[in-house]
Amino acid sequence: MRNEERHQKAVDKLTELAGSVYDQIDDGKIPKMIIPLRTKSNIRFDPKSAVWKYGKAMGARSAKKLTGAQMLLRTMYMLEFIEDMIKEEKSSTLREMYYISEGWAKAKFSTQDESNMLAEDLEIITTCMREDFKLRPEEDGARVIGNLTLEETDRKGKKKKINCRDDVGDSGYGIPYNVEKDKIQFLECDADLVIAIETGGMFDRLVENKFDEDAHAILVHLKGQPARSTRRFVKRLNEEMKLPVCTFTDGDPWSFRIHASLAYGAIKTAHLSEYLATPTAEFIGITASDILNYELPTDKLNDKDIQALNAEKTDPRFKDEFWKHEIDLMLEIGKKAEQQALAKYGLDYVTDTYLPEKLAEMGIMK
Amino acid sequence: MSSIAHELAKKQKEISVSEFFEKNKQILGFDSLTRALITSVKEPVDNSLDACEDASILPEILVRVEKNDNSEYTVTVEDNGPGIVKKQVPNVFARLLYGSRFHTRAQKRGQQGIGVSAVVMYGQLTTGKATRVRSKISDEDVAYECDLILDTKKNRPDIIKDDFVIWDRPHGTSFQVHVKGKYIGGKQSIFEYLKGVAIVNPHAKITFVPPEGNAIVFERASDQVPPPTKEIKPHPEGVELGELLSMAKYTESLKMTSFLNTEFSRISYRVAREVCELAGVPPDQKPDQMTLEQAGAILEAIKKVKIMSPETDCLSPIGETLIRKGLKNVLGPLKADFYAPPITREPKVFAGNPFVVEVGIVYGGELNKEEPVQILRFANRVPLMYQQGACAITQAVEAVDWRRYGLEQRGGTGIPFGPAIVLVHVASTKIPFTSESKEAIANIPEIREEIELALKACARRLKTHLNKAAKRSKARVKFEIVQDIIPMIAQKSAKIVGKPVPKLAGTITKIMNVVWIDEDVKFEKSRHHISVKIYNYTPKSQSFHLHMLLPFDKVDPKTLKEKPIEVREGNKVTWDIKRLASTEILELNFDLHGVSQEQYDENEVYVSGIDPASVIGVEVLPGDWDLEHLKITEEGAPEEKEEGEEGEVDYDEGAEAINNEE
Repeated sequence: MRNEERHQKAVDKLTELAGSVYDQIDDGKIPKMIIPLRTKSNIRFDPKSAVWKYGKAMGARSAKKLTGAQMLLRTMYMLEFIEDMIKEEKSSTLREMYYISEGWAKAKFSTQDESNMLAEDLEIITTCMREDFKLRPEEDGARVIGNLTLEETDRKGKKKKINCRDDVGDSGYGIPYNVEKDKIQFLECDADLVIAIETGGMFDRLVENKFDEDAHAILVHLKGQPARSTRRFVKRLNEEMKLPVCTFTDGDPWSFRIHASLAYGAIKTAHLSEYLATPTAEFIGITASDILNYELPTDKLNDKDIQALNAEKTDPRFKDEFWKHEIDLMLEIGKKAEQQALAKYGLDYVTDTYLPEKLAEMGIMK
Repeated sequence: MSSIAHELAKKQKEISVSEFFEKNKQILGFDSLTRALITSVKEPVDNSLDACEDASILPEILVRVEKNDNSEYTVTVEDNGPGIVKKQVPNVFARLLYGSRFHTRAQKRGQQGIGVSAVVMYGQLTTGKATRVRSKISDEDVAYECDLILDTKKNRPDIIKDDFVIWDRPHGTSFQVHVKGKYIGGKQSIFEYLKGVAIVNPHAKITFVPPEGNAIVFERASDQVPPPTKEIKPHPEGVELGELLSMAKYTESLKMTSFLNTEFSRISYRVAREVCELAGVPPDQKPDQMTLEQAGAILEAIKKVKIMSPETDCLSPIGETLIRKGLKNVLGPLKADFYAPPITREPKVFAGNPFVVEVGIVYGGELNKEEPVQILRFANRVPLMYQQGACAITQAVEAVDWRRYGLEQRGGTGIPFGPAIVLVHVASTKIPFTSESKEAIANIPEIREEIELALKACARRLKTHLNKAAKRSKARVKFEIVQDIIPMIAQKSAKIVGKPVPKLAGTITKIMNVVWIDEDVKFEKSRHHISVKIYNYTPKSQSFHLHMLLPFDKVDPKTLKEKPIEVREGNKVTWDIKRLASTEILELNFDLHGVSQEQYDENEVYVSGIDPASVIGVEVLPGDWDLEHLKITEEGAPEEKEEGEEGEVDYDEGAEAINNEE
């Protein structure tokens, strides 16, 4: 679909939504919107795409309650704002939209989370993407280093060929917020795998140790929970360049969730899982078993960590044997470890020993 | 031999007074430097208030505390009381156990006649200085002034010097003592003590000049002097064996019957004869010949014979209006939200002594929400500062389940938490203190029970208010939805789809589906502006009765547009609301004129003739219109069922943290 068509579809869908609210009031009903519940208990595995999507459970956002009424009013303001942007060929960041709402009187958002969530609600209801609404996230600074050549259309419409190893500085190629084909084309790559890394410190360690060259790897820095564009970028590498993907994170419950959202689909954006998740991605570690096997320096799990692990035990995405075992083991030993704890054995240990061993175990490296 | 015994006896007497003091420092209130200084203020202030009350004078009391050196302070207490005649001054101030109170039964602040003389003695023992008293009675042109010490060997006042001086006030007494002490702020301080005094004595004006200067004035909140309290004779039910024997010894009556009749209350000659008969004591026997056995038999007989309860009109409770005035006057700066209408219980009796319990509660606003509730304890209008835990008042507070009344309390016992101050006043002709220090009321079952009942009654009034407030805020939320948000949603959606703004009546009545009554009262320029707005947010027209409790003779008829159909007993007013159409609003507005602000600060509005579930903002008329607000359903209406059609899940209350994922 061309951009204009996408925007037109968004306008139509949004007007339809406003029309539904209008008609309900006109009929003397209490206006409401029906939206799939975005909860842990309402995600289902879709065997066709091998990712987790929203199930059939629906929730109502009704004007009968204050929160519901406020959200409906905010929705109306947001629709108007989006339609105006499309008309005037402008776009705004999510943060800007949050500030725009300062002028919306009773419809003002109290936090940016609220406005981000509403933008996602609209995606779900209209089956459009927030980019179609002319809403974009801030750059989040995720970066890539490896022998990958791509072509990026810059802000002036000029096409630029970039090799993600030779044409970039030490900080690598910055992933833009839009990584669709109209923006980025992958030209060629000489690599055997993609390693998605949680922390900047570990990313820099692998770069300094030239692991990209030695292991023929494309290194992607996730920067904590990966942004949509980072996940989409990884998925395209996986699908288009046929590269296996693995995630390398800290060994704690939050890092398990990073892998889950990259590989299985995030609960919050399960409507886009098919588009963002890489179901074949493998988890390298740090696992609870690694903590024991490699005798890593650890920290004690705090109350929140334990809570998070227990929540994961009821998370359908972690229902397989591997995760059950690792989660239980972590609870049992009551410890967590950072990726950089591997430095206990020297700076080269991670690239000389740990990664080769783990990747071989998975059958990715010989 | 006998001379040695006499010598010993003499010696015993000589050491007795100062030894007595030394041994009883604690019960006399001088066990620490801090407390000694408070006691040195408290005793003369109590005396001043009692004196003013006896003479029906509105008290004006000045308390000044000056620091002389490290631990020596000068305390001055001046009043505008009736003054003390010259002859009595030394005895009143410098003789232990001399006073008019010791043998009487009346609701007085001082009870043993130790208080102020103990201060004089404490002063001379710790600083070596005499106490200066100046007093003027209205018959005299000049005041009598003397410097006193207490001769501890003889328990006699010693006048160091005295004179007549000019004092430019019609009458009054000034007391100035030098004591060793320690001046502090905080919960147990002179300031807190005087604050308490001001609350329960709203007729007194109290000025406090602390050592650091800047005078603090507790202004008078009422011009009514409490009626003088009456003395009563002991009631037979409270008499103990020894007391009975000593009374029999010193009576002037010549026969048992006349002794019982004249020395006790509620014993007629008929009852006296009945008692003697039952006890097997000859009615004509001389009382001073009564044996121990006979005395015991008489006490037993008293238990069996029906004797009227003691009279209770000798008590002078503060009263509901004045408690509230006092609390508001003194605690005003704390900016509390609500002064629950106080409770003054009917007088009751323990061991032949009449007593009455009063309770007031202050709630909300800027009071601290995280702290235990503050308890203000009073006995005969005197603040109790120490031994909170040992006091029946505290124990009663701890025994009430405050969770039922909207305060937090772990497990339903103990001192509750929340933004509240609880005042409890016990007045009696004889307060049963746990010890002579008069800081804690003993846990007498009758008293304890009365305190609990009073607390619960007042707490119910608080709960009624809280229920009302909660309902109102719930109604306000819905009101905000239909008044502000729905019209904006309608307008915006109409704009987006390019159609005219739709009519809202259907949606609004479906969301509310109630009659909402919003009442308000404002006090301005000595008028109460009362407004009652009735919104019919139901889909059909509504007819019902609206009732208000208000002094109808004070309603300004010019402002009353909607005439009531009935006014009963001058304050029960009923309006007939006829066929108020769906989404229509009816306003009842009128003024009250000539009512003080305290007398009317909350509307009492009720409805009848309509399904209670379909009205919010006011209570449903109690079954008996004669019941006042305190008896309205304690539990409140059954909780409204939470909306949600056909078990629909509320999208925005799925409350699950999903924010740690992008």
